[in-house]
Amino acid sequence: MAENKYNAGVKEYRETYWMPEYTPKDTDILACFKIVPQDGVPREEVAAAVAAESSTGTWTTVWTDLLTDLDYYKGRAYAIEDVPGDDTSFYAFVAYPIDLFEEGSVVNVMTSLVGNVFGFKALRALRLEDIRFPVAYVMTCNGPPQGIQVERDILNKYGRPLLGCTIKPKLGLSAKNYGRACYEGLRGGLDFTKDDENVNSQPFMRWRHRFDFVMEAIHKAEAETGERKGHYLNVTAPTSDEMMRRAEYAKEIGAPIIMHDYLTGGLSANTQLAQWCQDNGMLLHIHRAMHAVLDRNPHHGIHFRVLTKILRLSGGDHLHSGTVVGKLEGDRDATLGWIDLMRDSYIKEDRSRGIFFDQDWGSMPGVIPVASGGIHVWHMPALVSIFGDDSVLQFGGGTLGHPWGNAAGAAANRVAVEACVEARNRGVELEKEGKEILTAAAKHSPELKTAMETWKEIKFEFDTVDKLDVSHK
Amino acid sequence: MSDMQDYKSSLSDTTSRKFETFSYLPAMTSEQIRQQIEYVVSKGWNPGIEHTEPENARSNYWYMWKLPMFGETDVDAILAEVENCHKAHPDNHVRLLGFDNFKQSAGASMVIYRGKTV
Repeated sequence: MAENKYNAGVKEYRETYWMPEYTPKDTDILACFKIVPQDGVPREEVAAAVAAESSTGTWTTVWTDLLTDLDYYKGRAYAIEDVPGDDTSFYAFVAYPIDLFEEGSVVNVMTSLVGNVFGFKALRALRLEDIRFPVAYVMTCNGPPQGIQVERDILNKYGRPLLGCTIKPKLGLSAKNYGRACYEGLRGGLDFTKDDENVNSQPFMRWRHRFDFVMEAIHKAEAETGERKGHYLNVTAPTSDEMMRRAEYAKEIGAPIIMHDYLTGGLSANTQLAQWCQDNGMLLHIHRAMHAVLDRNPHHGIHFRVLTKILRLSGGDHLHSGTVVGKLEGDRDATLGWIDLMRDSYIKEDRSRGIFFDQDWGSMPGVIPVASGGIHVWHMPALVSIFGDDSVLQFGGGTLGHPWGNAAGAAANRVAVEACVEARNRGVELEKEGKEILTAAAKHSPELKTAMETWKEIKFEFDTVDKLDVSHK
Repeated sequence: MSDMQDYKSSLSDTTSRKFETFSYLPAMTSEQIRQQIEYVVSKGWNPGIEHTEPENARSNYWYMWKLPMFGETDVDAILAEVENCHKAHPDNHVRLLGFDNFKQSAGASMVIYRGKTV
């Protein structure tokens, strides 16, 4: 029945896209935006504008609107809420019908939800706080290549956090010297060493030499300790063809795990690599360079919990999560929220952790959070308490900076993590009695004793810039 | 350099071989082992005992000592089976696992007796 006539011109967005009576469907993709409107623009109009610009709408009516059922395809702004402790902004909740998005494509979802709308003039600032992916959409995505349990089985690591170390200096080592640094860390008791994110294939160390020397380090450390080891070989490359070439070579030489930077490398490349890893039995470590550009400003950008969810859908077995206690930004409750989003299969809405929606991951495997950045043995009790067993605790300077070298630094970390796990299992409260646990363990480990003396004064106590909204003011 | 210690570990020194979780700590006392088994029981995991000749320790599949002790929560009974396995295979490594059937993974794994390491 043709009821609508074509009237050229500009309509208010809220006439079409503000639908407070709408009940979201189980299959809708839901988004929560934090909006700072321009002065004098009503909240409903701005919320509706965001829904329109991130779905079907444009600034003027066009005749081709009438060739389709726009009322079906449009995004719907269905709720508005105050932001606790912040009068300048408000939350807008938008529901999108699942048909708006290509199956298995976080690229497509993000292009809509954080596309042109972020430059829209009616807004002073806009932040995507959270997305609810319906399980119907989740199941179209490939997800983590292996998942947490498979990784434990491949590496034979049970009942404790895994230990890693990022090799430093970040840039400038030759491949042979670099392999030495890896070997020393691995023989001292680490499970993994790691390429720093900006180690790709520079003139001072081309990727193939690095891969060869590092594999020798792994093999020798495995023979020496009898334990399984890995090194995240960074395959991030200028083109996805080149990325795949490096990944194929890593597989050919028997590396168990490779690495990618999913934001600078791009979501298409990441999804491609993750699917290849799944097909080829490889583990995939994900670094998040560029995330703080997107997620640190409380009023503009994309919250890290969204970046976490899109990585789990795009695919990765490890993802850097922040440490809470180290040198990099990360509020404790918010971090606990997004590490749940990485690992659990069902996460309930919990505003005290910044989680706006229930999220059901169906049968999709979990991602292991990686705590990395400015941590050392004194942080170990807190790290084991915060992150639990399904985590990688990654000490860079906190291994390599040991006065006796990497092997001693690694052994110190390994003794410390095992002492903390042993105590936790006995029912000891780690964060209360951490000092006693470490001091007792150091009696049997001169490496740990020396590490504790080296780093005892170092703390990182700056205030968090991006706090949860519940803690503002 | 005089107070710097060398890290003693080599291919030829068999004491360099490690045994995953807890193998960087001193050997546990029987009371400490009991506490770790209590932890396995408290988590609702099923205890299982496995053993291997030291030269085959790198295999995923150690020999099962009987079947996993499904539903066993008596720490003494679990310890007694660890002892039985050790007595029957005194030269082998013996490990205790806690099987988490929901995660289909071992929540805990620790080597309790070490044979002569190779």
